[in-house]
Amino acid sequence: MLLEVRDLHVEFHTRDGVAKAVNGVNYTVEAGETLAVLGESGSGKSVTAQAVMGILDIPPGKIAGGEILFKGRDLLKLKEDEWRKLRGSGMAMIFQDALSALNPVLTVGDQLGEMFTVHRGMSRKDARAKAVELMDRVRIPAARERVRQYPHQFSGGMRQRIMIAMALALEPDLIIADEPTTALDVTVQAQVMELLAELQREYNMGLILITHDLGVVADVADKIAVMYAGRIVETAPVHDIYKAPAHPYTRGLLESIPRLDQKGQELYAIKGLPPNLTRIPPGCAFNPRCPLARDVCRTDEPPLYEVSRTRRSACHFWEEALRG
Amino acid sequence: MAPTGQGGAMDFAMDESETLEKTPDGPEGTGPAEKPRSLWSDAWHDLRRNPVFIISGLIILFLIFISLWPSAIASGSPLDCDLSKAQQGSQPGHPFGFNGQGCDVYTRVVYGARTSVSVGILATLGVALLGSALGGFAGFFGRGWDAALSRVADIFFGIPVVLGGLVLLSVVTSSTIWPVIGFMVLLGWPQISRIARGSVITAKQNDYVQAARALGASSSRMLLRHIAPNAVAPVIVVATIALGTYIALEATLSYLGVGLKPPTVSWGIDISSASPYVRNAPHMLLWPAGALAITVLAFIMLGDAVRDALDPKLR
Amino acid sequence: MAETVAETAAGTAKPGEPILEVRDLYKHYPLTRGILFKKQIGAVKAVDGVDLDLMAGETLGVVGESGCGKSTLARMLVQLEQPTSGTIRYKGEDITRLSGRALKAVRRNIQMVFQDPYTSLNPRMTVGDIIGEPFDIHPEVAPKGDRRRRVQELLDVVGLNPEYINRYPHQFSGGQRQRIGIARGLALNPEIIICDEPVSALDVSVQAQVINLLAALQSEFRLSYVFIAHDLSIVRHISDRVGVMYLGRIVELGRDAEIYDHPTHPYTQALLSAVPVPDPEAREHRERIILTGDVPSPTNIPSGCRFRTRCWKAQHRCEVEVPLLAVPEHLRPLGGPVLHPSACHFADEKHVVPGQEGGTGEGSSGNRE
Repeated sequence: MLLEVRDLHVEFHTRDGVAKAVNGVNYTVEAGETLAVLGESGSGKSVTAQAVMGILDIPPGKIAGGEILFKGRDLLKLKEDEWRKLRGSGMAMIFQDALSALNPVLTVGDQLGEMFTVHRGMSRKDARAKAVELMDRVRIPAARERVRQYPHQFSGGMRQRIMIAMALALEPDLIIADEPTTALDVTVQAQVMELLAELQREYNMGLILITHDLGVVADVADKIAVMYAGRIVETAPVHDIYKAPAHPYTRGLLESIPRLDQKGQELYAIKGLPPNLTRIPPGCAFNPRCPLARDVCRTDEPPLYEVSRTRRSACHFWEEALRG
Repeated sequence: MAPTGQGGAMDFAMDESETLEKTPDGPEGTGPAEKPRSLWSDAWHDLRRNPVFIISGLIILFLIFISLWPSAIASGSPLDCDLSKAQQGSQPGHPFGFNGQGCDVYTRVVYGARTSVSVGILATLGVALLGSALGGFAGFFGRGWDAALSRVADIFFGIPVVLGGLVLLSVVTSSTIWPVIGFMVLLGWPQISRIARGSVITAKQNDYVQAARALGASSSRMLLRHIAPNAVAPVIVVATIALGTYIALEATLSYLGVGLKPPTVSWGIDISSASPYVRNAPHMLLWPAGALAITVLAFIMLGDAVRDALDPKLR
Repeated sequence: MAETVAETAAGTAKPGEPILEVRDLYKHYPLTRGILFKKQIGAVKAVDGVDLDLMAGETLGVVGESGCGKSTLARMLVQLEQPTSGTIRYKGEDITRLSGRALKAVRRNIQMVFQDPYTSLNPRMTVGDIIGEPFDIHPEVAPKGDRRRRVQELLDVVGLNPEYINRYPHQFSGGQRQRIGIARGLALNPEIIICDEPVSALDVSVQAQVINLLAALQSEFRLSYVFIAHDLSIVRHISDRVGVMYLGRIVELGRDAEIYDHPTHPYTQALLSAVPVPDPEAREHRERIILTGDVPSPTNIPSGCRFRTRCWKAQHRCEVEVPLLAVPEHLRPLGGPVLHPSACHFADEKHVVPGQEGGTGEGSSGNRE
């Protein structure tokens, strides 16, 4: 097992009270596997990833419980500098906004090379050569010349490739990509996703893909965890979930997106809004918006029921949800 | 989802702005009506809990009080002097002692507040009005106006304050506070106009200004209703902080002999006249200088607190 | 004379007749160097020759990637930008050179919904003031005593609680703010609403609510929409006709089925094939056209066909001859939905959207409660 997150809880202390951003999340990622974490803003999908990477802002954030096992070691028990050494070499992250994730006053060559000079103690010259090699890897044309350029001289797609190159530099076992293509145009998005998937296969890395885009998920994921209000509400292999979702929220999401191949009359819309994380409703957090909600949903928080050997759903009425 | 990046990597941050969804029942959260809070009342809510604001605010209220009614806490007249008591120290009824002319230092410090506070407030008002009018105009209409006004502002910005004061004010003979205020406005407006210009340009680019334009709103409506209320916060912050520095500047100019002139009572004049005797009679210098330092500090602290409360990045 | 546009022409556009005609529209932003003595060294050709008709009562979708000029086009349609050249006719009258009262009168009829619900509402104004502002600007629309009631009606129409009238924008979520923006756009009873990426800043589950609202309002108030977006699925869902934009020009234009099921322009094909489809079954047997390289800079548009630098069909002819947006002659014999304007010398049909023959996937019919 490459990564196992167990019963993770994260809180934020805000002016309006304690926001429970992550409430008991469990997931696992194996080498060579792609886990898509799907959710809307405020679902806790990015916060979970930041906790795994150890880049959560503490305070206001606080890890209130749980374990993060990376190759069997609990990261939460590591000393800060041990964890820091793991970042980059053990696990790496790709951010949505490459322009703000790259340092504008350093050339991309310097930033890529820094990975090698700092972590591997290479000389500047060797590091520069490595940087060119990496840029070739992520198929940036004319890498030898462009290595001397600054981030703003690259297009959005090329910058995202540089981010990927940076994440790959030390050949980590796990990559966390947080909305890596959301800011990109469709045609460029396809290029970047393809590249990422290919490199993942080549290096046999684990990939956690955090996204809100059901289309991107269907394209690359092996399994999916759907998050809502800080909890995983459904987890399943990718094919199953699109065929027959076992949670009303997943079903609502799938039905609320317009289709490219047909023209609908009216879109199904999940009523209402996601809850405020400082006041998550009792029982099932989705109950105020759920078409299947009964009394029990307002009082008892549903556990992750076993739908099949590989599927779980946090709905008291998952069988009903499954029938649609 | 927000690809435009409201919450950035931390998508949880979205919830900060969604204080209303307390009851997500019903299609659009028909929760119990909550008392609406504007951004100003939000800022006030913050300020009331800020000790820096409370302390500086109390000091400033006190200063304003004694500027209006100095006789409430000082019985004598600042011009009632007795040369035989010159340079004497503290004694009953005269806690701060006497100055070189034998005037009561306590009374002079109290009456000096009026001069300092009125110079500070009037100069700041003048600077803020002129600066934000010119800066706002340049920022809103842009192009040639902007280029021309910015160059003019640069010229005034380049004049060294003390040197300018020595040259310009030395030809003035009036003993009122107006020449000094006029000088401060003349040299101070570019600072505010730059801030105002910048924040008008920022506010102008917001879609709500475009929306108003698309509705057919006139320039004056866009400027007064949409841009000014959203651009005024930085101007207020800078002006509050500047108020303290104008008070200090008045003292500096008076010290150099080109600012206010006797019989006007001012801390700067007293500091100036006391400085030759600082070895023998330090109290003559310390009390007005201390009052000046506390006043300047109070305004700067107030400006800081106001900035913290109005800064949207901290919300 | 021009100020009578709104009054005399009102109500003359019947369904199916053009209400807005765009001809040869250009917007070039000069690039200058120097501070005092400005010298023009080039131009950003944001919109570079666009022809469009908006029919009364229809939704015209405009899709394209960032930088293709679709937002500039939107801003010219609502007179927030002056075109460099070309005309925009509203019910037959050119509105690009109007000013003063005449412009104000036209603005009553052409309104806009903005992309970012966080910057499109003035944070210092209450919801009542925001939605009521159109009445302040055009007092003839609603008498003063009636305004509060009108504002509450509008709130109700867009699905918000009318009691929210005294709240401030920051007390609402993104979707609710977008509803407020829509209410403001509706206040003057316009005939045309230009929607510039109205749902792209919203969460998936909220997007559907806003799209449904826009569709419902269209039939209720007989609105004509120009719907600008980068999301091809959403554009198909809401549009009657679709124009595909690339580097400042429309490269293909047709009814939704013509564009999505029978695209003939290579760029449209690449765009459609790149859209991730929420169906994992499709990913194995699906041909993806991965374009090479990035969109060229709008300051330096390629000669001939502007898409040729990324096109797999490009030949010498594409370099020297600008393809016009017209029904390709060589496709005429085929007939049917393939026949629609496409600006390509080698236009040819290619099926790229997976599942279009296979009917509906499970749970996708979209009409379920």
